Amino acid sequence: MSVTILYERGEYSAADARGEGDDLWLGLGDLRAATGWELKSEGACLGERCVPIPPGRDAEFVRDGGRRFNLAAFARLLGNPIAHDDRHGVWAFGEAPAARNQALRSLDAPDFTLPDLDGRMHSLAGYRGMKRILMAWASW
Amino acid sequence: MWQGLYQELKDRNFMVIAIALDSCGADAVRQWIRATEPPPPPMLELMGWGERERAAASAPTYPCLIDEKHVVAELYNIVNVPMAVWIDERGHIVRPAESAGACDAFRKLNLADFSIPPDAAAQAKAARTSYFDAIRDWVINGGKSAYALPDNEARGRVAGLSEQDARANTLFRLGQYLFAQGHREDALQYLGEARRLRPDSWAIARQSWEIEEAGKASGPDFWTAVQALGDRPYYPPAKL
Repeated sequence: MSVTILYERGEYSAADARGEGDDLWLGLGDLRAATGWELKSEGACLGERCVPIPPGRDAEFVRDGGRRFNLAAFARLLGNPIAHDDRHGVWAFGEAPAARNQALRSLDAPDFTLPDLDGRMHSLAGYRGMKRILMAWASW
Repeated sequence: MWQGLYQELKDRNFMVIAIALDSCGADAVRQWIRATEPPPPPMLELMGWGERERAAASAPTYPCLIDEKHVVAELYNIVNVPMAVWIDERGHIVRPAESAGACDAFRKLNLADFSIPPDAAAQAKAARTSYFDAIRDWVINGGKSAYALPDNEARGRVAGLSEQDARANTLFRLGQYLFAQGHREDALQYLGEARRLRPDSWAIARQSWEIEEAGKASGPDFWTAVQALGDRPYYPPAKL
């Protein structure tokens, strides 16, 4: 069954994923494409960072001879909030509050890229070297 | 109003980047960005426009970006509008998200005839003026400006996210996605849950109301919620 995974800013449609209650099992290719995390002998790794699977809890995270990974269990381990809609097969993974708070307190302005009315893309970094005011407003 | 300030300061290596937090995208914001007329007088008064701002009013030439998924709100922990963040030449935040020249004067609006008591208009104007003056000072004096906060002060003013806030943001994201996919009814359920979990985010509350029904973001539910604040501010004043 196809599942849409909203992870960080990305959206990914995993063709062969399976939601079972609060668990989401997916193949390693989908895992990597949706989240960037890869399963290695050291544990789950994102670039240089590896998070070992907690001892004695393998079955919670990995099955089918290491071919499938439970992204929801891993998100819980990392403190990422999860919300899922089973009717439409959509899983949203949020940022762990501790990670966001640390990023906010670093005072490094996070970059983003968004369109203007004409569809032209702008990123914050494109205005580097200037003093910038990010001003949030809304029509509502 | 921001255009006047931008026009005044743009030759000093200064940029305003407007971010419209709007799930309904370009269609929802076009008429505001490309407005040919200024807002009606009561609104101008509540926004604290003075003669100077009125005289300089024109369509923005700074970038006006559309953030359908409220990405910037999440990245910078923006919970209301207008709120702004000051970022220096190196990409360092010198003032984290705070009310951008807005104040609670709007709560004194007489809803029966939309009249504004003179003290409320004066309060709005004072908040607007002092905030814009602070920006001018920073743009001219840079790091020496008293309004460019030292790191420890800026860090101390960062409003952190709780577990519940983060969960609300995730439900909001799921609801927004389902709404964008045309699953409105299912979306409303998650958006409503997000609103309940994070009542201090007016951006979540008002956006989700607006998705429920056009105009609901400034309708009776909104005013009831504002009244329920009692002595607490809707716009915590920027500590300049």
